[in-house]
Amino acid sequence: MTTHYLVLSALLFAIGGVGVLVRRNAIVVFMCVELMLNACNLAFVTFARQHGNLEGQIIAFFVMIVAAAEVVVGLAIIVTIFRTRRSASVDDANLLKY
Amino acid sequence: METAAEIVQHSGGVIGVSWLTIVLPLLGAAILLLGGRRTDRWGHLLGVAMSLASFVVAVLVFVELLGFGPDQRRRVVELYDFLPGGTIDVKMGLLLDPLSISFALLITGVGSLIHIYSIGYMAHDPNRRRFFAYLNLFIAAMLLLVLADNYLGLYVGWEGVGLASYLLIGFWQHKPSAAAAAKKAFIVNRVGDMGLALGIFVIFTTFGTVAFGPVMSGVPQASQGTLTLIGLALLLGACGKSAQLPLQSWLLDAMEGPTPVSALIHAATMVTAGVYLVVRSGPIYVGAPTAALVVTIVGVATLLAGAIIGTAKDDIKKALAGSTMSQIGYMMLAAGLGPVGYAFAIAHLIAHGFFKASMFLGAGSVMHAMNDEVDMRKFGGLASKMKITWITFGLGYLAIIGFPLLSGYWTKDGIIETAMEHNPILGWLAVIGAGITGFYMSRLFFMTFHGKPRWEKDVHPHESPAVMTWPLIILSIGSVFGGGFLIAGNRFMEFLAPAVGRPEEMPSFHPFSVTGLATLALVAVGVAYAWMRYGRAEVPAVAPRGSFLTVFARRDLYGDAINEALFMRPGQWLTRLAVYFDNRGVDGLVNGLAALIGGTSGRLRRVQTGFVRSYALSIFFGAALLVGAWFVVGNL
Repeated sequence: MTTHYLVLSALLFAIGGVGVLVRRNAIVVFMCVELMLNACNLAFVTFARQHGNLEGQIIAFFVMIVAAAEVVVGLAIIVTIFRTRRSASVDDANLLKY
Repeated sequence: METAAEIVQHSGGVIGVSWLTIVLPLLGAAILLLGGRRTDRWGHLLGVAMSLASFVVAVLVFVELLGFGPDQRRRVVELYDFLPGGTIDVKMGLLLDPLSISFALLITGVGSLIHIYSIGYMAHDPNRRRFFAYLNLFIAAMLLLVLADNYLGLYVGWEGVGLASYLLIGFWQHKPSAAAAAKKAFIVNRVGDMGLALGIFVIFTTFGTVAFGPVMSGVPQASQGTLTLIGLALLLGACGKSAQLPLQSWLLDAMEGPTPVSALIHAATMVTAGVYLVVRSGPIYVGAPTAALVVTIVGVATLLAGAIIGTAKDDIKKALAGSTMSQIGYMMLAAGLGPVGYAFAIAHLIAHGFFKASMFLGAGSVMHAMNDEVDMRKFGGLASKMKITWITFGLGYLAIIGFPLLSGYWTKDGIIETAMEHNPILGWLAVIGAGITGFYMSRLFFMTFHGKPRWEKDVHPHESPAVMTWPLIILSIGSVFGGGFLIAGNRFMEFLAPAVGRPEEMPSFHPFSVTGLATLALVAVGVAYAWMRYGRAEVPAVAPRGSFLTVFARRDLYGDAINEALFMRPGQWLTRLAVYFDNRGVDGLVNGLAALIGGTSGRLRRVQTGFVRSYALSIFFGAALLVGAWFVVGNL
């Protein structure tokens, strides 16, 4: 019954993961991260439904809150990087290295 | 043998404030050292005043002691708790008895004369104030050494004396030779000090106390092995301080110091500390015949070695230093013979204090006249130019060779006779030593004061100022009459008996015993031979190369060479080995480890590319690895 939901969640997570690894545009990478988080949320809610308790749903709320906070900070960083380096590519922000 | 008298607690009177003898010179030293240049103008006067004041206190204490009956003359003055705490509870006090007061009088009396002499001798030295500060420090330390009523207090004084000696030998520290001599004296003394410290440790573990009274009364309960151990350890200390074989090498080099120092420290007082230690620890040596035998052997070996060294030295001070070694050897010999010898040891010590100080100061007076020349081959014929120095030195010279009725005759003959009764081998060796003494002292005397002048061109000898000659005159009076006054009628034996124990029978003095005549004959031969070689005959201005025996004596019997071969070189190898091990071994390990970590991290840091995607990839692989591992482990 819940298998479809879990398969969907896995697919979404994989798509998000591949997006994070292969895309260079910081905004797209960011959206892919959100996609992975939401894939997780879907899995949590699915399991909550399956086990008939609320724990998974509560954790999904937590994830949403963290994601919201992350969006705020992350977008601010991306905007700042864009202003200084005139680019939203993650490959251009490579100064913090050996 | 009757043991020493009981020690009585005492308070009040002059004896109650006898600590002033120590504190006054110490105060002088403190004022002169802390006052700095402000005290330059009157510093020497303060030094002399403090030393004289200390002498006056010592004399008053002596008079008060004489007021008691002979068995009441051992008095302890409690001062304060030196080390209170648990099993170690050392109370500091002063022990005033005939033995310690004899030393105190010698130290402050001869010391004051040498202080006065130094006013003249050091008149042109810019650091005269510092010199007097050190002299005062020395007097204070030496008095603490002889007056303390326990071994720990003695040890403090012992070290203080070592420090003062170091400072005074190296007084002209701008001369590398003086600096080296000071270090040498300090280090060699340290070897002896170690022996003394070990001896005190054993004394404490055996008797549970370090105070002289309880230790000596506890001796009969201790085992002979322990007593022998203590005796040998204390002897090592005595050897260091008194320049006895095998720790004799520092004394000859110590002549680098100003001459008053040689007179005060390295002839009259400090080097006698070892004799004091042995005599003070008398009951221990009575209980340990082996240790006492070693003391006599050391004494005889040193008296011969010192005399032989004295025969070959051209430096007047070094010849006198050899003679000091030799005379202290006599004292050690007497001290090793037990209570019979103690009085002779101390009497010879006091007589020696006078005549050796007189001769050293005389040598200083000669050097003063000869532009600080010390080579006797450049002296000669000074008798007519320096009448007072010649006469006072001559009296000291006659006293040391044992000319009949002068000091040395009474005291040294006593030692030789006692040794002869004890062990004829030791006795005859001591007689031979007396003969050699006759030779080398005559050689020194003739080379300096008689024969043709061999002066350098710009030298104009003159008599020294009165401030220098008066101490000479007083000391030479002491060296003429001192010995006879002490020995005749067993006066000194009776005086000393309460402190060191009374021998079974008082020695009786035979003026014409076989031993006495043999000694006189040998001395006469020595003097005559010296007259032929150095009085009548021409003395070459440059020392001839001499036979291998001469070279042997001139090189201090290869004492330095032996020390270098046995201790210095192996020591240097050891330090080099340690340095090598430290550089290569320890440093190699530590530095290698650091290099390994540094190099590895230098390579590893390339992983930090700065590309976010590569980090993401490594996170991905890490996660995949974890999930894979979980599958594998979960399926097991």
